[in-house]
Amino acid sequence: MTDKDYAEEPQAGDRIRITDRHGRTFEGILMPHHAFSGSGIVVVKMDSGYNIGVRPAPDSEIEILERGNAAPSSQTGDSDIVTDGNLPIISIVSTGGTIASFVDYKTGAVHPAMTADDFVRAVPELSARFNVRTRVPFSILSEDMTPARWIELAEIVAEELNAGASGVIIPHGTDTMGYTAAALSFLLPELPGPVILVGSQRSSDRPSSDATMNLLAAVRLTRTDLAEVVIAMHGTISDRIVAVHRGTKARKMHTSRRDAFKSINSPVIAEVEGKEVKFLSEYRKRANTPARVQGGLEENVRLIYSYPGLTADTFSKMVEGARGVVIAGTGLGHVSSSLIGELGKLRENGVPVVMTSQCINGTVNMNVYSTGRNIMKAGVIPAGDMLPETALVKLMWVLSQTSDMSEAREMMLTPVAGELSGRRVE
Amino acid sequence: MMDGMPVPKIGLEIHQQLATGKLFCSCPSDLEDGFSGTVERRLRATTGEGGKIDRSAAEEQKKERTFIYQIAPNSSCLVELDEEPPHGMNWEALRTTLTFAAMIEATPVDEIHTMRKIVIDGSNTSGFQRTSVIAFGGHIDTESGSSIPVETVCLEEDAARKIEERGNTVVYRLDRLGIPLIEIATAPEIKSGKEAMEVAKRIGTLLRSTRKVKRGLGTIREDVNISIPGGARIEIKGVQELRLIEEYVNMEVKRQRHLLKIRDELKKRRAAPPEIESVRDLTRIFESSESKVIKSALRKKGVVLSLPLQGFAGLLGGEKGIRLGSELAGRVRAFGIKGLFHSDELPAYGITDEDVLAVKRSLSIGERDAFVLIAEEENRARKGMEAVALRAVEALKGIPSETRDPLSDGTSRYSRPISGGSRMYPETDIPPVVVSDSMMKEIEAGIPELPEEIEKRLISMYSLAPQMAHQMVSEGLDEDFETIAKTYGMPSIVARIYLNYLPEIRRDASREGKKFPEDYIFIRNSIASVLQALSDGKFSKEAVPNVVKEVITGSKTVEGAIDAMGLSAVGTDELHEVIEKVVIERIDFVKERGMGAVGPLMGVVMKELRGRADGKIISERLKEAISAAIK
Repeated sequence: MTDKDYAEEPQAGDRIRITDRHGRTFEGILMPHHAFSGSGIVVVKMDSGYNIGVRPAPDSEIEILERGNAAPSSQTGDSDIVTDGNLPIISIVSTGGTIASFVDYKTGAVHPAMTADDFVRAVPELSARFNVRTRVPFSILSEDMTPARWIELAEIVAEELNAGASGVIIPHGTDTMGYTAAALSFLLPELPGPVILVGSQRSSDRPSSDATMNLLAAVRLTRTDLAEVVIAMHGTISDRIVAVHRGTKARKMHTSRRDAFKSINSPVIAEVEGKEVKFLSEYRKRANTPARVQGGLEENVRLIYSYPGLTADTFSKMVEGARGVVIAGTGLGHVSSSLIGELGKLRENGVPVVMTSQCINGTVNMNVYSTGRNIMKAGVIPAGDMLPETALVKLMWVLSQTSDMSEAREMMLTPVAGELSGRRVE
Repeated sequence: MMDGMPVPKIGLEIHQQLATGKLFCSCPSDLEDGFSGTVERRLRATTGEGGKIDRSAAEEQKKERTFIYQIAPNSSCLVELDEEPPHGMNWEALRTTLTFAAMIEATPVDEIHTMRKIVIDGSNTSGFQRTSVIAFGGHIDTESGSSIPVETVCLEEDAARKIEERGNTVVYRLDRLGIPLIEIATAPEIKSGKEAMEVAKRIGTLLRSTRKVKRGLGTIREDVNISIPGGARIEIKGVQELRLIEEYVNMEVKRQRHLLKIRDELKKRRAAPPEIESVRDLTRIFESSESKVIKSALRKKGVVLSLPLQGFAGLLGGEKGIRLGSELAGRVRAFGIKGLFHSDELPAYGITDEDVLAVKRSLSIGERDAFVLIAEEENRARKGMEAVALRAVEALKGIPSETRDPLSDGTSRYSRPISGGSRMYPETDIPPVVVSDSMMKEIEAGIPELPEEIEKRLISMYSLAPQMAHQMVSEGLDEDFETIAKTYGMPSIVARIYLNYLPEIRRDASREGKKFPEDYIFIRNSIASVLQALSDGKFSKEAVPNVVKEVITGSKTVEGAIDAMGLSAVGTDELHEVIEKVVIERIDFVKERGMGAVGPLMGVVMKELRGRADGKIISERLKEAISAAIK
């Protein structure tokens, strides 16, 4: 096909005329093909605004009436909006996800937000009181997040804080936001200001989106003395309160609700209601230390969900070649007693095994039942009330710093970023 | 329409709730009396192409409103709360819509795409309404023989139910949100109010014959688009009472003609467009006014502003529903201004002749000029006057295109400017649905009985007169009629109840200021219980109209009605006594007429017994008594 041929092919965004198999003629804008559309269906946006799927008459041609504009392609990069040198600086480090997506109303295609301008447009309140600096190191859906990107992110956050940002806001997809929050918590043990991950459960193209309120709450948090990695999301399904969760203790507990994130085994740090930030439990305050990245992440760590019928054979295949293993065990921290032999082998091979609970709520305790005691004897490290996901990230971080079994054990048992709590009241 | 008058162009948009489950979740489509909790939300206008915020959406956002949603525990879920993505399109609702499309010979689209139509008045928790085009074309054939083309058949979700508005807070209940609505838009080819009524009626009858639509007040809503040559498109939105369509159309045509006449007269008079700069503060004239409205405004430190309208004298008043003065008042209602007066209605309302003269002098206006007064807090009064001036300028041009609210007396009032094209974008959470040929074949094979066929069946199965059968179907009573007649028999009594007694009871109720319960299920159950008691012999058929009336508008049970009316069927002894008494009292008459007295005395006995005995039995006994008396 020559360039000329290609130019004559109708493209999404073009105004076209088409005749369907019933002999009806439609005029409108050609839409991109929907992934679930029937084969041979052409989607047309009519002047009324409605889209319809048209099956063209055999041998009929799509007539191009007017060329449309090509859709912008997604990109990454940095940008600044400086309104007044004296205003505090907020740094927005966007990673993608629902919160950073904007719909193209013409085609319905969703584009990631790319510039500070995009965010200021979404939250016009930002530019009046802050200088906004935006960095977009990558734009991905959060299910495509990787440990390598956590390290990249941690480095950017440190740079931004050290360059004078009063806080860093990280728009992030909600699926793995809890993991990222935990990773940043371990990688950035000392912070001069807050690092706020913020997501949205309803995309920004909807008038009912929760994105703006969550972003505004994050902005308010940059004006406090908080200096931790936190997640700021709706506290209820009303547009009233934004809950602030500790990065190592937050978990997405609902697939779709606005208040999907919950603090597990610990109270929320604060609630933001309107302009007011109410601190509800202890938190780490700003210190005059620069931010620095400590340690790295050993990627070869597995998270295994235990279940009835999981055999020693299957388990050994799951953990084959791993440098560390986290188990989401049943109840107080159990696996079938038939796996205990495998756990012993892992210890012999110098592979630390950490036990968490798939109950999510509550702490593991392997002293209560004989299976638990046998698991302990096999050298398994109890993770207390740490979330399985947090334990996974922490073990990655620990193993990047030591390969010594007893040192790893010691580090796993020592609280670093609020991941272990001594007392639970719920 | 009057002869020689230009023909108006009328289009209808009918929205009918379906009696299936909700369109995009698994909730039933039922309204609820209570609620189990509330959720508070705000909506933000979103940026569209080129980063522009939609103008009407921006206007709405300026109001910074808070929305409270009442959770209906049985008929709303996370989907209505905008806390869960929509489920796939309800198959029964889609099937019903495709069936209706087939009934009017509309052609479905090959693939259905659901759209989001931005609406940020809070009536949709998401900030948009989901809607899709299902079919194009088709026609509605009326009784008078005309055929009106249909443009589109859409399937969309109903909005949340507004409960109240308190300042900047609007309260909605989620029960109605998501109920499927079929939307049928006709071409603007209807030519009269009568024809509009016939088209609406026919669409209603066809919809009901699918047996999948909801019935009762509020379940079908009509938007009527009307324009006359030289006029503009006016949309009367949300008509719930079908029988008023003809009146709305006729009134609107009259209003538009009147406005055109005013325009021509203003041109003839070379009237100048009113200017906001000529507004004067005339508070001093009214400082000791007796007008209640002015007094109350001044007490609240308000002002009296006046706007001269050159050349407008005599053109502001006139018949209710069409006068220009009401149009001016309509524009300021949105600002909460009640105190608007125009010179054509003065002196009145406590404003004296001297006041009027003083105003005219201050404005230096003449015989052919008019003026408008607004008594309000100053800021609001100024905004109001701007709106009045704008509307008066429009009067010089003709008819402004607008949306109007229907009022119960057949008139309408200004609601807002007609909205431009709605902003729509794809609902990406709902996969497109292919309408296959095999699916349409199945639907066409399953087309329900058409109204004409139902009529024929009513005639043959229940021996109804053709006129009665027709009335039953066109008024949408056939389903209820059959339900009862199948269970209790007595089809002619059931038909009489529906077609004769109920309309009478409704009329009586409105005359006596009583409430007539427009709830077809209540009515159907009431009639069923009356017929049950009748077939149990608890009273006679002569008493049916009265018992039905007591049960429907007297809030009584059937037993209660029988007792209250002293209707418990009479015993043989009592019957005998009454007959004896009547015969003895009129013994001369009986002797004179012989058996010919049976007829006249029947009426007397019946009156005494007030329906407590069957006519046939009375007649037999009376014959016996008379023949005994004349022996």
